[in-house]
Amino acid sequence: MRNVFLFIRRYKTFFTFLLLQVVSLWFLYNYNKFHRAKFLGVANEMTGRINTQYNKVEDYFVLREENRRVHRMNDSLLNLLPQNFVRADTSVQLVQDSVLFDTSGNFRRYYFRPAGVVYNTVNSQKNYIQLNRGLNHGIKDNMAVLSSDGSAVGVVVGVSPNFCQVMSLLHVQQKVNVSLKKSGDFGTIEWDGKDPRLLTLRGIPKSIEIKTGDTVLTSTYSFNFPPGKLVGTIAEVVTDKSTNFYVLRVKPGARFYNLQQVFVVENLQYTEQTALNLESRKRIEDPKKNPK
Amino acid sequence: MSDLLRNIIRFAVFISIQVYVLNKVPHLHRFITPYLYFLFILWLPFSVSRQWLLVIGFFTGLALDYFTMTPGLHAAACLLIAYVRPFIINILTPKDSTEFNYREPSPKAMQWTPYLVYVFILTFLHHGYMVFLQWLSFGSFLDFIVKVIATTGISMLLIVTVELLFPRKLKFRTNTA
Repeated sequence: MRNVFLFIRRYKTFFTFLLLQVVSLWFLYNYNKFHRAKFLGVANEMTGRINTQYNKVEDYFVLREENRRVHRMNDSLLNLLPQNFVRADTSVQLVQDSVLFDTSGNFRRYYFRPAGVVYNTVNSQKNYIQLNRGLNHGIKDNMAVLSSDGSAVGVVVGVSPNFCQVMSLLHVQQKVNVSLKKSGDFGTIEWDGKDPRLLTLRGIPKSIEIKTGDTVLTSTYSFNFPPGKLVGTIAEVVTDKSTNFYVLRVKPGARFYNLQQVFVVENLQYTEQTALNLESRKRIEDPKKNPK
Repeated sequence: MSDLLRNIIRFAVFISIQVYVLNKVPHLHRFITPYLYFLFILWLPFSVSRQWLLVIGFFTGLALDYFTMTPGLHAAACLLIAYVRPFIINILTPKDSTEFNYREPSPKAMQWTPYLVYVFILTFLHHGYMVFLQWLSFGSFLDFIVKVIATTGISMLLIVTVELLFPRKLKFRTNTA
């Protein structure tokens, strides 16, 4: 027994090294399970504070671009106003309803919250964005994030009281359900980690005619993204003869280099949808609970 | 300025330069991520004990990890170079009494060639191990090799630039001091 202690003391540096190495690898591989619950909350608050200070300066450099985006968004909304339209028949008068939409029988499904970007990178293969809104402002996991002109940016993956972390579309593990505007066909958008100017769209069958410049929108199947929001435009069609599906390079609609203001979109039926999905899958696929 | 205060300031400067300058440079190429923060570990004084080196290395990496949202990745790599550092210094410095005349590793203390070898070995180990850990979860083998070489090259370039731009005024340590 004494020899064991002597041995440990003799090689204590090496054992410290091994111990800390194990700890860091454990951090790395248990990231999702453990960190989001425990450490990340505290660490996120601290990095968030520092990032906010830095961001106060950085914001000035992207103001011009941001202004243009907001102006474009306002323009598209102004064009929707009922005052812009006249009836051809002068005997018919246009009376504007004071309620903007029919509230009877309609439920709100998506709720938009504004947020500011405090930290963002595009250089890594796993890019995260930090926003200055958190639990205190009603942000929860799995909410979608849209840029200030309404194009898809990412999904919230971690929340602390005042800040949240967003898994950007420029993250090799990100997968978003999208559809083509022209034909409505569904596919999945992902990123190969190589060029932040191009995303990859898979799952569109070759029977459809595709041209470069076609618009890709978020699909109605997505649980977190509201449907019909811009994801990007097709920049290149890669011919892959081994499958019956296209591999399409998509130029993202959001400018990941200079994000400043974003919208966090909550799907108010998210919990219900995912719970039903999980439950029905379990019921059908588990043979023990399914006696027949 | 005491060693402790000097190194605390250095730590803050290196981490913020890495997080707010080098991680934010516009995308150059997918293989190139400029890394400089680990120079903090290379610059630690000779007098730091090996146990403390490990602890400092681990927390340096972890501090960066929480900014980049990759807990454990940089910590593991920094820990490795903190562990290997004393061995490399032992090999590269002459064994006579001039060994610890200076406080910390620098071109002046070790001469340029041994210092560059020291920096190169540790940079290569740091990037090799870090890219290896990333590669385990994503990427192809060729990517791994090219990325290690490219990032090591960029880091060496940055480190040499830093050494030339900011020569550290190191006092010659004598018994009377």
